[in-house]
Amino acid sequence: MTSTAQEATTGCTGRNVPAPPSSRRYLGAMGAVPLLLALLCVSAFLSLGYGARDVSWGDVLGGLSGRNETLGQAVVQMRLPRTLLAALAGAALGVSGAVMQGLTRNPLADPGILGVNAGAAMAVVIAVAWFDMQSLTGFLWVASAGAAIAAIFVYAVGSLGRGGATPLKLALAGAATSVALASLTLAIILPRGDIAGGIQLWQIGGVGGATFEATRPMLPFFGVGLLLSLLSARGLNMLALGDEAAAVLGTRVARLRFMAALGAVLLCAAATAICGPIGFVGLVVPHACRLIAGVDHRLLLPLNALGGAVLLTLADVLGRFLARPGELEAGVVTAFIGAPVFIAIVRRKRIREL
Amino acid sequence: MKTLAAPAPLIQSIRLQRDRRRRELRRLCVLLGAVLMALACVTLAIGQSVTAPLDVIRVLWGHEVPGVGFTVRELRLPRAVLGAVGGLSFGLAGAAFQVLLRNPLASPDIIGISAGAGAAAVFAIVFFGVSGGLVSVFAVLAALVVAMVIYLLAWRDGVAGGRLILIGIGVAAMLQSVTAYTLSKAPAWSLEEALRWLTGTLNGATLMQAVPVIVTLGICGGILLLQGRALGALQMGDEAAAAIGVSVARTRLLVVLSAVGVIAVATAVCGPIAFVAFLSRPIASRMTRASGPLLMTSALTGAVLVLAADYAGQFLLPSRYPVGIVTGALGAPYLLYLLIRMHRKGALS
Repeated sequence: MTSTAQEATTGCTGRNVPAPPSSRRYLGAMGAVPLLLALLCVSAFLSLGYGARDVSWGDVLGGLSGRNETLGQAVVQMRLPRTLLAALAGAALGVSGAVMQGLTRNPLADPGILGVNAGAAMAVVIAVAWFDMQSLTGFLWVASAGAAIAAIFVYAVGSLGRGGATPLKLALAGAATSVALASLTLAIILPRGDIAGGIQLWQIGGVGGATFEATRPMLPFFGVGLLLSLLSARGLNMLALGDEAAAVLGTRVARLRFMAALGAVLLCAAATAICGPIGFVGLVVPHACRLIAGVDHRLLLPLNALGGAVLLTLADVLGRFLARPGELEAGVVTAFIGAPVFIAIVRRKRIREL
Repeated sequence: MKTLAAPAPLIQSIRLQRDRRRRELRRLCVLLGAVLMALACVTLAIGQSVTAPLDVIRVLWGHEVPGVGFTVRELRLPRAVLGAVGGLSFGLAGAAFQVLLRNPLASPDIIGISAGAGAAAVFAIVFFGVSGGLVSVFAVLAALVVAMVIYLLAWRDGVAGGRLILIGIGVAAMLQSVTAYTLSKAPAWSLEEALRWLTGTLNGATLMQAVPVIVTLGICGGILLLQGRALGALQMGDEAAAAIGVSVARTRLLVVLSAVGVIAVATAVCGPIAFVAFLSRPIASRMTRASGPLLMTSALTGAVLVLAADYAGQFLLPSRYPVGIVTGALGAPYLLYLLIRMHRKGALS
């Protein structure tokens, strides 16, 4: 009796041996995917149905199926591109932030904080002001170039000296670069009253006024950036062990860095060129996803895409909810969600790590 | 009771060196004051048109001089006065913060205190329809709250410089988005007015605007200068300062309150003129071998910076730019240079 009981318990514990962390995390991530998908659907529905004019669920479904008969359905049709853009840009920023954090091994890396958005913004302003550029595809190319230059510059300044690119040095280099770029950007647009208003609005960062035509040029950039990021996911895992260890394990570090950085820059430049600079999405989402799914980038990156889409869509809905009947730009909302998270991360770290 | 006495010659030589440094510092202050006066004279006399110095003096004396009266009294004089007192305020408050927190990066414009004052001012103007001196009250209150919040958030068994600066950067990002949003909702949305709150400008300055700045500078600036000695002692560390009889907590409270007051009022009037608070003390300390808080020197440097940058932005550049754009474009490379130098020394790692 006792022996069987003992057997039973040992057998039981034998079967219930806690799964090794990685696979448990894997399960967590697998559970998170449907959850995030469901959240994304809910937030998309909210984004379609909610706003200055509320729309009934029937009209949302009707509008989605392409009918355009009632006023509600027409409203849904108008909100559709905006919702898509929010989801796409959020996904792009989330993945971009995760790749940057992996690449720099730095918990505070984010396109906004590192000045990459400011670089993209300045490049677009230069293109508009001096080269009279109008095409959105052109903006995307120019924004990518500006973002890449700013990213390289900030990383170079931040990694000088002892200790390499510590979070504090990178953040300071990013903040200084942002201010410099903002000053120069203003200096360029100031004498040109005709373009100043539009650029000022664009610089707040939001997804209002989106159209399918304006979103479409972003897709190739988004696709290529996402592909490059996903391809470098395994390498990013290796890189987390340090450059030397990664090289020993057979990673071609320089090529990997180039590929991942290119992916991250393309993603955040695509989002910035269309929506304007939206901060903190790339900071918050990777941290939240790491809590669920651990440190494996092969799981993290897809989760980040979903999480970023959810966050930015919800931020957009929240902006419409808070400032009814007007709206709060999504960039303002994410700053308010993101800055406290940023501060919490800073507080949790020990001083030496900063 | 026996006291430890250093040999007399040593005391003598230390005293000699100290006196020499003091003389040097005094000379530097006089020199900066002279430069400031010269810049003010240039601002008053040379603009779109050149006014004879004698006419300027007669206008300032209250005489009516046809043709130049309006330009000098209504356009140039307020600009020079506001630029000077604003620059003094930024330089003084910036130096006070940098000395108090023992870190050149801990200046109010980097850790979000100016951003708080600016956001509150523009929010009050746009959404509450406030104007005049009341704007300054909002700005001061908000800046105090922001300073307190940053300090409390950075507190974890003491306040570490790095943590405080990073938290300040986060708070500043949040507040800047408030400013940007508020500006986009302003009913009579003009780029001119927006620029004031984005980068800081002296455009449209009036003498009435300068009054709150002068009053605050007189009261809070006076307190700061009086605390200069204690602040210098604090530079050596809290224990050392307490050992030589400085009341650490009291000094710290007084300095924070006065510095926040000075910077908030100046920001409420001129906007957050980029980087003047941050730049003044590092520049001042490069001009002298003297150590110490260098409050007066930094304040004068700040005023010189603002007046020079404003003049350059108005007349020396191909297009007219507000002062904040000039100081921002100049200051950011200097900040990067300073960062690189600090990295080399390993001060941040």
